[in-house]
Amino acid sequence: MKQWKLLGATAVAAVLAVSYASAQQKSITVVSWGGAYTKSQVEAYHKPFIAKTGIQIKSEDYDGNVAPIKAQVQTNKVTWDVVDVELADAMRMCDEGLLEKINPKSLLAGADGKPAAEDFIKGTLHDCGVATIIWSTVYAYDASKFSGAKPSTMADFFDTKKFPGKRGVRKVPKNNLEFALMADGVPAADVYKVMKTKEGVERAFKKLDTIKNDVVWWTAGAQPPQLLGDGQVVMTTAYNGRIFDAALKDNKPFTIVWDGQIWDIDLWVLPKGSSNKDAAMEFLKFSTSTQALADQAKWIAYAPARTSSIPLVAKYNDGKTDMAPHMPTAPANFKNAVQNDFVFWADKQDELTKQFNAWLAK
Amino acid sequence: MTTLGGLAPSKPSSSDTLVAADGTPLVRKLAQVTRRARLKAFLLVLPLLLFIVVVFVLPIAQMLWLSVNEPTIRQDLPRTTARLATWDRQELPGEDVFAALVEDLKDARERQAVGRIGAMMNHVYSGARSVFVGAGRRTGSLAAPYSKALLDLDATWGDPRLWIMIQSMSQHTTSIHYLNAVDRTLDERGNITPVPENQRIHIWIFWRTLWMSALITCMCLPLGYPVAYLLASLPLRTSNLLMICVLLPFWTALLVRITAWIAILQSDGVLLSSLAALGFVDMDTAKRPQLVYNMTGTLVAMVHVLLPSMILPLYSVMKTIPPSYARAARSLGATSLTTFRRIYFPQTIPGIAAGALLVFILSVGYYITPALLGGKDGVLISNFIALHVESSLNWSLAAALGGLLLMATLILYWLFNKIVGIDSLKMG
Amino acid sequence: MRLPPYATPLERIWHYAFRIICAAILFFLIAPILIIIPLSFNHDPYFSFTSGMLRLDPKAYSLRWYWDFLDNGTSGRFATGTWAWLVDVWQNAQWARAMRNSFFIAIVSTVIATTLGTIAALGLSRPEMPYRRVIMSLLISPMIVPIIITAVGSFFFLAKIGLVKTYTGIILTHAMLGIPFVIITVTATLTGFDRNLIRAAESLGAPAHTTFFKVIMPLILPGLVSGALFAFATSFDEVVAVLFIADIEQRTIPRQMWSGIREQISPTILAVATILVVISIAMLTAIELLRRRSERLRGVTPA
Repeated sequence: MKQWKLLGATAVAAVLAVSYASAQQKSITVVSWGGAYTKSQVEAYHKPFIAKTGIQIKSEDYDGNVAPIKAQVQTNKVTWDVVDVELADAMRMCDEGLLEKINPKSLLAGADGKPAAEDFIKGTLHDCGVATIIWSTVYAYDASKFSGAKPSTMADFFDTKKFPGKRGVRKVPKNNLEFALMADGVPAADVYKVMKTKEGVERAFKKLDTIKNDVVWWTAGAQPPQLLGDGQVVMTTAYNGRIFDAALKDNKPFTIVWDGQIWDIDLWVLPKGSSNKDAAMEFLKFSTSTQALADQAKWIAYAPARTSSIPLVAKYNDGKTDMAPHMPTAPANFKNAVQNDFVFWADKQDELTKQFNAWLAK
Repeated sequence: MTTLGGLAPSKPSSSDTLVAADGTPLVRKLAQVTRRARLKAFLLVLPLLLFIVVVFVLPIAQMLWLSVNEPTIRQDLPRTTARLATWDRQELPGEDVFAALVEDLKDARERQAVGRIGAMMNHVYSGARSVFVGAGRRTGSLAAPYSKALLDLDATWGDPRLWIMIQSMSQHTTSIHYLNAVDRTLDERGNITPVPENQRIHIWIFWRTLWMSALITCMCLPLGYPVAYLLASLPLRTSNLLMICVLLPFWTALLVRITAWIAILQSDGVLLSSLAALGFVDMDTAKRPQLVYNMTGTLVAMVHVLLPSMILPLYSVMKTIPPSYARAARSLGATSLTTFRRIYFPQTIPGIAAGALLVFILSVGYYITPALLGGKDGVLISNFIALHVESSLNWSLAAALGGLLLMATLILYWLFNKIVGIDSLKMG
Repeated sequence: MRLPPYATPLERIWHYAFRIICAAILFFLIAPILIIIPLSFNHDPYFSFTSGMLRLDPKAYSLRWYWDFLDNGTSGRFATGTWAWLVDVWQNAQWARAMRNSFFIAIVSTVIATTLGTIAALGLSRPEMPYRRVIMSLLISPMIVPIIITAVGSFFFLAKIGLVKTYTGIILTHAMLGIPFVIITVTATLTGFDRNLIRAAESLGAPAHTTFFKVIMPLILPGLVSGALFAFATSFDEVVAVLFIADIEQRTIPRQMWSGIREQISPTILAVATILVVISIAMLTAIELLRRRSERLRGVTPA
């Protein structure tokens, strides 16, 4: 029976396909990274926002490629109203005049009455963007693959003798050079100081050489948990929230190694010249309120960017997992952490990407 | 002299000229008719020609223009541009240029354009972004002499290379992006010099693209030739049936074929799982050989995708070769090998040329297959163009790389036209 | 290609070896496409045959991924099979939207490409056409120029005139990509065309449009339709231009597959692939029938 219904449905779909039309409603388009992350935003921000204001939200996924924003603003045809971007991209686009300026005074005050400018964690409010979460790039391993000693430091990721097997690594220089230096013994605090020198970069590439033949390269954030799950790799660099999500949902023995984590923030930005600017700003205010940020942590293991949200973070949506120890900012996890230096990367991205690709090709 | 216009009887100019019914000389009339026929034919083609020019030629021309002319610096730093136009690159520019730059930066700051300038300059001078943004932030507090003020702020302003880059980025036609595309740059004296060895990538990728295309062509030929021969020599009913094996892949969406190869080649895919079940490879997926997301995967999938493009031209040539030639050779005592070598093979050369060139041209510009299956060492030049458009936002460099790729393709296309002729292109 | 009676033993061996080689190559061509069909009915989320599938255990097979194809992106509030569910699928399911977009874009761009291409082919096949070779090379070149160059060029250009991220922009680009195929197939039909038929019609007093619709059209129709099918397939298959020019609103099936392969590869992709294989079999059959009809019409008998 089911087959027949399916067949009927397909036939109807095919017929209707020719007479294509779509109804228009008052709505804004919110663009984010997809997967579990977008889901957490839909649950914590979108759904309550729609219920409260009646403004519809079209949620769309992208892969961090901001060229469309540049094209949209330059041609004055902005279809992305609110976009979730990394700090380096937010700063760069702000410098290029592609984003609306956001006055911190227009944001909602914290639940305890503290104005937004004081409530947000230092370094998370910017001229053109408001941070929602603190996330982190870490590495994780499949515990079932190691019977004896388990990896525990950044150096272990680069030690293929002690922990044999393939590694998943993102196919960009960012974060990997930092990881390599930390594995090579550079203290977290000095990483960028060393990387600013030519010798430092050489040193990082030399360290990467040691695992080059064991690497499976990934490009999208959803891939690392899959690589681990499929057994393609035994450990992989990844975004902490994705690993947490996969480990809990699919009940996999994935373990995060917090040593040497590189933390960063994600911000909402508003591309300049949107015709829905007011509704977009309304959404931005709503979604960066104390409660909304705290609610998001119910759905994914990223830390809220407001101090007033932190005490409100409780349990995961399964009702039993305590979220606090899974946050990148939890004291136990934060011991040897680096903040991603966006100024360094804004300056050196072109050169180092070239060098990275040259290294990769040879 | 008075004439009566049309009423005057047309005087035959000379007695032996042939005239048409209306009296015009036949030669002229004929030319007129031909001209009209030519015009009529041309008018039929005209709408499409205009369409192609607007939708295809113009966009590509505009892109190529971007590779030599990026207006940002010229527009955002107008005074500096004017002063630098006559700078001879012998020593650091004078105070007037520094002053002009500070003025320009002040204006740019009001327009929120400093970041844009910095980002643009950073493409050709690593680190220029923070140099410009830093200077832009402090324009208010800078005082004459500006050269000293800027140098105190950041010693980079004393590097003649930075100024050479500003100058060449502000020119109406600059070669800097093409230099960049072939791993060259300008040194502090303005001479062309290779970039540091560890950043040389584009020439390498160009070579790899050509080399991989050649390899794919060389793999398609021995695979395509026997199949084309078989199809051409079997009775029509059978060959039509077998032709489906060639045409179905040809008609199947590329993404479907790529999906199929991932399903087959990945470490827990059909091929390796079957081999593991037979005991040839390890049961542990992590220890199996890597067949996809690298050069192997790209090569296998591209050969599969392009093989029909090799078989079809070969087949259409082989179909026209009468089998009696080979029979005649045999009856005159030639061995089967000689018959093939001396009689059959030479007649298939046009098909080989057509198929090989077609496959080569198509593989040089391939993007999707290497992007999805390429991994670390299977990517081609197209993927680099996409990288510069999408993530580094260095559109001029992307345009320059595109210009070089386009040139290579057009040379091959010209060759194809010369040797094979586009008229012989057939579909299906 | 029968084995002649005077063949030497070596030739006999070669004769069979050759057939085995050819069979292997043909297998290489067709197997990857056929293998995804059974895989798409896999009950488990794997890309390989499970032991249950090999035992032909009915429990190992399911339509799960086809349901996912319909349900992915819907609100999930309605019972499967109800009218409300169908409406929900139609409006919200990601793949349904992509399918709609694919058909819409492909059909409109095919109409444009076929109309312009056929008229131009009529001109090009006239013996008096000036600069025929040069113009022909230009019109065919969208097929030859690397797609990345066309796509990036169109992206910059359409961005400038405000057509990027619109259906118009993507349709124009796809029409341009389909034109070479229409030109090639229609001119090929016209080369065997007996121009005396036109003269006969004209001398009998038929006006130009009557000649076109009553005489030319029926004869070139097979070529025209197969050109249109090629243009349709080109648009239906195209992903690079969509990648650069289209917004999420205009996502097509190949674009959706691209994200799927890049980000989250699930067997749903195999289900989509199977559906597309069925579509391409339909198109291939149509082409083959047209070719036969054209041969019959033009009096070419199969050798």
